[in-house]
Formats: sequence, structure tokens, C-alpha cells
Amino acid sequence: METKKTSLYQLHQDCNAKFVEFAGYQMPIQYSEGIVEEHKFTRNHSGIFDVSHMGQLFIYGGDELIKDLEKIFPLDLKNLKLNHSKYSFLMDKDAGIQDDLIITKIDEGFLIILNAACKDNDFKILKELLKEKYKMVLDENRSLIAIQGPKSSQILNEVVDGVKDLNFMSGNWFLFDNQKVYITRSGYTGEDGFEISILNNYADKLTRELINKGSKLVGLGARDTLRLEAGLCLYGHDLDKDKTPVEANLKWAISKERISKGDFIGSDIIIKQLNDGVTKIRVGIKPEGRIIAREKTKIFNQSDVHIGEITSGTFGPSVNGPVAMGYVENKFSKKNTKVFLEVRGKKYAANICSLPFYKKSYVKGVN
Amino acid sequence: MSEVKYSKEHEWIKLEGDVATIGITKHATEMLGDIVFAELPEKGSSVEKDGTAGVVESTKAASDVYTPVSGEVVDTNQEIVDDPSKINQDPENSAWFFKLKIKDKSEMDSLMNKDDYDKFAKENNT
Repeated sequence: METKKTSLYQLHQDCNAKFVEFAGYQMPIQYSEGIVEEHKFTRNHSGIFDVSHMGQLFIYGGDELIKDLEKIFPLDLKNLKLNHSKYSFLMDKDAGIQDDLIITKIDEGFLIILNAACKDNDFKILKELLKEKYKMVLDENRSLIAIQGPKSSQILNEVVDGVKDLNFMSGNWFLFDNQKVYITRSGYTGEDGFEISILNNYADKLTRELINKGSKLVGLGARDTLRLEAGLCLYGHDLDKDKTPVEANLKWAISKERISKGDFIGSDIIIKQLNDGVTKIRVGIKPEGRIIAREKTKIFNQSDVHIGEITSGTFGPSVNGPVAMGYVENKFSKKNTKVFLEVRGKKYAANICSLPFYKKSYVKGVN
Repeated sequence: MSEVKYSKEHEWIKLEGDVATIGITKHATEMLGDIVFAELPEKGSSVEKDGTAGVVESTKAASDVYTPVSGEVVDTNQEIVDDPSKINQDPENSAWFFKLKIKDKSEMDSLMNKDDYDKFAKENNT
């Protein structure tokens, strides 16, 4: 299969991107300044991320769609206000996570942002679950551009007037070059920021204007270090079909109202796990010293018993040290529990810690 | 009189008497990106030609560092362990990795000179 290119491909080339294949797309892993500089620039200033490979699924419908989607997602969708967003997951009947996603209520229905590697499968699953009752569009004509970091609000507002008044996890339609763009105040870096859904033909122009106002392109490499410092999960690594939202320590994203009634896919398992507890759970892990423990690194307790595995690990440029997360047996998940990580045959001390590694600076409300 | 030679694994080696100083090339650091971790062989240990003698890690991945010649480790550069970003800043000079008392000078013969290495690096730009 031929790899796809996003509408910013030319711009990435102009900015000396190094490319990698990711989920069937040619994506920039970094630009000339490198991952550490790009990471720090996002934390201190403003970074632009091409996330056009992600799925933008529009589902059109009214009250019946809301009812049907509540059978799928553990969310209180009937009380989700227009233009408000929620983080959620698509689960199988055993509550295994098939994808994690952001769902936003829009005028005509819902917009769901899906992971690139999962989007085609998600579309198939949802189409079947909704019995083809609703018009569903996995929109390939729109790009998705994220702008993240403390200066992003000011920079984006110079290009798209009014965005600075958006609240965190809400969105609206705005105008750019007389084209309707849908912008939400959200992101995946632990910083204040926005995601912009824009027609492909206008994505390049918008991004170049943001660069002219002082923002910089940032690659997938820094996106990974930023999200890991922020304690956020990456699907296919920290989340997969063998893990439930309760095990992934994401129960905050499950509506309490919905748990009391059940009746969504995977609800039996979720309710059971919430009542009885889980055997493994996702935790933050901070190695002592500088050793980097990457995905699949084995975790041992103080008696040298294998108790879990790292699912993401790297060097955190803002933390200025190694950071990791993984799953351990529940009884070893308490903060400050000492564990050992096996790296290249040797065991290194680490501590279970709370997430995030880097404190968020989301804007809650500006009104 | 000392000559710097280069290996296909992107190490440089500078021989003075029977002590060789070894590090990784600028080209290697450019391919790796920001180096955030370095591990060196233990002082007093012996290393064999083309065997692993250390590790460098970028934010993305870990890579082995090989030794282009055999010998006994007589010194290591703790500065690059404490601040691995020095490797990106000055890879072919102050950010050397380790020094070896070498056993067999003829092991140097198969290594490349600067011109050959530059050509090799250009052709193997991955």
C-alpha cells in the first residue's frame, strides 16, 4: 500500500522535516532543530503539529443518535452541551479498549477524533453498531492542525479572531479566509492549545500564517515526549484491547451517571472492576538516575518478582530526566513503591509516581 | 604524530602511542538526534574489536556503541555521562567516550581515513 501524504507535506519538506511512516502516512518525526528544542519551544512558546492523519468522523443525527451512541460510549451524551467535548473510548464487550477518542457535540450530530491507526476499523465497528441508520463521514477532505503551548492562544487569535474566548474542551466554527473551520480548545501535550479542523486546500496557508506569527512546526517525536510528560496515553502502547479503562486508570472519563445504569458495551466488566478492583493498573514510573526504560521493559518488585511492564518510556526534556509509564500488579501501584527495571540485562531502581510528570497549564475558563 | 581513523559503525579513533581515544562521529550524532543518555564500559575491563562498548540513547531509541579495536579500558569520560548533550555539541573532540590500551595496532589497518569515511557516511545516510 502506498503511503499517504497530508496536505502539509510540502511545508514539512520546506522546513527540513525528517519523515517516518506512521499508520500509513509519511509524517514528520522532527525538523532541523531536533526533538528536545521542539519540545521546549512548545512548553515555553507555541508549537504546531500536523495531526491530519487522525480520523475526523462526522456522524449526523438527533436524539435517536444520542441514545444509540450512549449504548456504545460510557458518556452522558444527552447532557453534553453543544460544542462541548469529552475524552472517551471505543470498547469491546470485555471492555478492552479498541481506540481512545475525543467526541464533540456539533449542530448536526457529533464529531469524533480517532487515532490514525484505528480509524478505518473504528468506522467499520461504529457503522455496524449503529446499523447504518445515520450518515457517517470519515472526512478525508479536512486536515487537523494542533497548536499547543502558552503563546498559542494569542498567536491563533491573530489569525482566527475570537478563538481566545473558547473554554477548555469546547469548540466552535470560525472563519479563516472566508472558510468555515472548526476549532476546539484541546490537545495532547499538557499545554493550553487548540485543534483546528480545516479543508485540505487551506491547511498550508493557515499553518504558514501561524509560523509567521511566531509559532513553529513540531514533529511526532516531540509530540511523544510532551504527551508522556503530561501522563497521557498513546494507543497501541499504553492502551490496547487487552486493557480496560479501569486498568488504564482512566475511570475519571467514565460517566458516574452511566455506571449506575450500565447498558453500554463493556459495562458489565467496568462495573465489576470498579466494585472488585483490578489486578493490574497503569502507573507513572520514575527511574532513579538517568537510565531510560522503554516499552516492554520488565518491572520487578524488591523480592525480584516480575510484576509488570513499561508501555511508554523516554527522556522528558522539561523534567530533565527519564519518565515512563506502565502496568503493574495493583498491590505494587502505590505512590513511592520501589521497583526495579530490567534494561540490557541489568536492574535499575525506580519509583512508582503520580501522573503527570509535568504539571498542566490548561486554561479552564476565560469568560 | 597521531592519525584519526573511522569505523563503519561511525566511531572515530585516535591513536597516541599505544593508547587509543574513541568516540562517535558528528555524522552519527546527526543521525541519532539529541543524545540524552550515555553508558560507558567499566575502567579496567577488556573489550574486543567490533564488540559493544557502550550505549547512547536519543529521545527516540537506544543504539550500541562499538569499539573498532581490542584493548583494556584505561579511562572513560564521565562528563558525557553527566551531561550527554555534550556529545551533540563536540562529538569528535571533548566528548570522547573511552580510552583503550590497545593490544594489536594492526587492527587499525582496516579502518577508514577521513576522506573515505566522509564518502561512506554520505552514501549510508540512514
